Amino acid sequence: MAGNLKQLSHKPERLVSGHRMCAGCAAPVLVKQILYAVDVPVVIANATCCLEVTTSVYPYSNWKCSWIHSAFENTSATIGGVEAAYRAMKKRGEIEEDVRFMAIGGDGGTFDIGLQSLSGALERGHRFVYVCYDNEAYMNTGIQRSSATPLGAWTTTSPVGTAIAGKTRPRKDLTKIVAAHHIPYVAQASPSNWKDLTTKAEKAFNVDGPAFLNVISPCVPGWKYEPELTIKLAKMAVDTCYWPLYEIENGQYKVNYKPKEKKPLVEWLKPQGRFKHLLAPENKHLLDELQSQVDREWEELLKNAGES
Amino acid sequence: MGKLIAATGNQAVAQAMRQIDPHVVAAYPITPQTDVVEEFAAFVADGVVATEFVPVESEHSSMSTVIGASAAGVRAMTATSSQGLALMWEMLYIAAGLRLPIVMPVANRALSAPINIHGDQSDTMGARDSGWIQLYCKNQQEAYDTLIQAIRIAEHDSVRLPVMVCYDGFIVSHSLAGMELLEDDQVKAFIGKHKALHPLLDTKNPVTYGPLALFDYYFEFRRQLVEGMARAANVIEEVAEEYARLSGRYYGRYEKYNMDDAEIGVLVLGSAASTAEVVVDELRAQGVKAGLLRLRSFRPFPKAELARELSHLKALCVLDRADSPGALGGPVGVEVRSALLESAKRPAVINGIFGLGGRDTTVDLITTVYHRLMKIVDTGTVDEPLFYLGVRGGNNNGRELEAAIPQARATR
Ligand SMILES: Cc1ncc(C[n+]2csc(CCOP(=O)(O)OP(=O)(O)O)c2C)c(N)n1
Ligand code: SF4
Ligand SMILES: [Mg+2]
Repeated sequence: MAGNLKQLSHKPERLVSGHRMCAGCAAPVLVKQILYAVDVPVVIANATCCLEVTTSVYPYSNWKCSWIHSAFENTSATIGGVEAAYRAMKKRGEIEEDVRFMAIGGDGGTFDIGLQSLSGALERGHRFVYVCYDNEAYMNTGIQRSSATPLGAWTTTSPVGTAIAGKTRPRKDLTKIVAAHHIPYVAQASPSNWKDLTTKAEKAFNVDGPAFLNVISPCVPGWKYEPELTIKLAKMAVDTCYWPLYEIENGQYKVNYKPKEKKPLVEWLKPQGRFKHLLAPENKHLLDELQSQVDREWEELLKNAGES
Repeated sequence: MGKLIAATGNQAVAQAMRQIDPHVVAAYPITPQTDVVEEFAAFVADGVVATEFVPVESEHSSMSTVIGASAAGVRAMTATSSQGLALMWEMLYIAAGLRLPIVMPVANRALSAPINIHGDQSDTMGARDSGWIQLYCKNQQEAYDTLIQAIRIAEHDSVRLPVMVCYDGFIVSHSLAGMELLEDDQVKAFIGKHKALHPLLDTKNPVTYGPLALFDYYFEFRRQLVEGMARAANVIEEVAEEYARLSGRYYGRYEKYNMDDAEIGVLVLGSAASTAEVVVDELRAQGVKAGLLRLRSFRPFPKAELARELSHLKALCVLDRADSPGALGGPVGVEVRSALLESAKRPAVINGIFGLGGRDTTVDLITTVYHRLMKIVDTGTVDEPLFYLGVRGGNNNGRELEAAIPQARATR
């Protein structure tokens, strides 16, 4: 479906170099992988976030396709307006061209402040692909916790102190919340598994209705690791089943990748400074709790997919 | 000659929207605007408009949706009131900052708390710095006419700014009045075809909307917006004249009533002007040189024109249907005072806050205002530069008002 790497390398780039994202940031990588999946023109609405501020520094732009940023919490409503305008023009015979629509936001702009607008747009059935690049915190404002931040993780608003060690609450399962809208296509993906991601993006752009992609997006300063580890960390999130690759197509769950050997979560946590304190003996209970959450969710996923 | 009908302000606005037939309407219900949304949804359901109607989940999203649609390159409208406008606040600035010619009727309503569904202008006055053009209407007919004009003003090449068409909740939005509709094809011809500027949907010429502009460019963007707003002044007048040729009804940036030879005058926005006209007529019959100026365009604010029209007065009262706690007065009062500062000759100016939360502002009450002005002219002193009209409590617990009303009545 998605073609091979060589074929993808010949596709025109829509997000071009010269942007100001950190070296090693996963976000531009996954955006490119997703946009390789569409051959027709795409209009993108971008929430306020790292991706937005680093790719649109006036008077420059790194976007070779039409792109709009209006605010933080309203990307779905904004793209919904663009898509409604497109339908209105089609109805009046003012546009022939086949155009696709994509909204993209970080976990803060999706799980938290933009959840209402996302839910509304999904329910109304706009034809658009929503991409959440989930780096598990508000990175643009300097690493504050979001509802996507995992249990125990350090952020500047879930600091590791003498009384409290990192975030005290588990993350929200947004993919399932989105699935509860019964939209035609929902998937979770990772830039480490590029073919899986590009294939999912292709499916998402082809369904006649809303589609949602939740993509894990390692962040160098936010997760505190060396930049060359980005794709490796994305891969380990998949191999530990912390971030399973699955899709829900018209209500049918499918696990797209089952690691031959499910790696212990600690292997993923270890290279990340944000989890350093979890390796201390006094925080073992947090580590155990995090591992058992992952195990529970993985089992539940297998059950939903009819695989257990 | 158009069609004569009886309509509420909301129905009049919905009729104008039907005739405009925008590509996209996104809206969320709130009293007293709700009927606009309902009537328009019925037009969509009956296929009398070709609009894509987007029934959003909040006003923040309705403004965001019309921002997306307008940037995409089509005519896009929404409507709201009060809390809805407050929820849109963030997006109002963005609509104006992106120079999107969105048109939005607002049925004015008080802001919570306490929650109150009735008319005052606190909602739109709170948005006066958002970069939107603001036109305040006196009645149902004017709300209809102004909405049609607003399309031309917003989309004018030299303006490209969003327009709020404000009309008082309930007093205008819900009361029936006889009015005239233009023919559908007259409206179509008057507004013309929408001209998109750098639309997102021109995919062969991709465009970046809403970039990050820091200290090196942001200021110029904002300055250009101010220039567009200044150019709107002439455009409002041009459109008004062209519309008058079509309809026989003319509305400029302000409207004078017995003003030119007046010695005392009131300046007010919206429907209260109709009540004040009655008072002016009564006072004129008694030989009092009373006048009235109704400000229609609060943004852009016609500073030089107001200075010219008001400076010959001996005493002026600016009535504000909104307050600004802790300020020198209501938003209109403060600005009119400033506008007069540069005139060599200027009247004594007082400022009254009235009608908050829909408090009825009667002929009697407005008569007390003119009596205040007469007293100022007689005594040459201003006792109370800022006062509250028709409220209990305050400095004298309403006693002064209790005394003033029978006095006002006795002179009628
Ligand atoms: C209404 C509003 N509140 C807060 C902000 C400040 N803000 C901008 S980006 C951001 C965090 C973005 O986090 P996320 O969506 O996870 O994207 P990331 O930067 O992590 O990629 C915040 C809090 C804002 N721009 N608007
Ligand atoms: S802070 Fe994180 S998400 Fe933001 S650009 Fe840097 S690596 Fe990417
Ligand atoms: Mg984030």
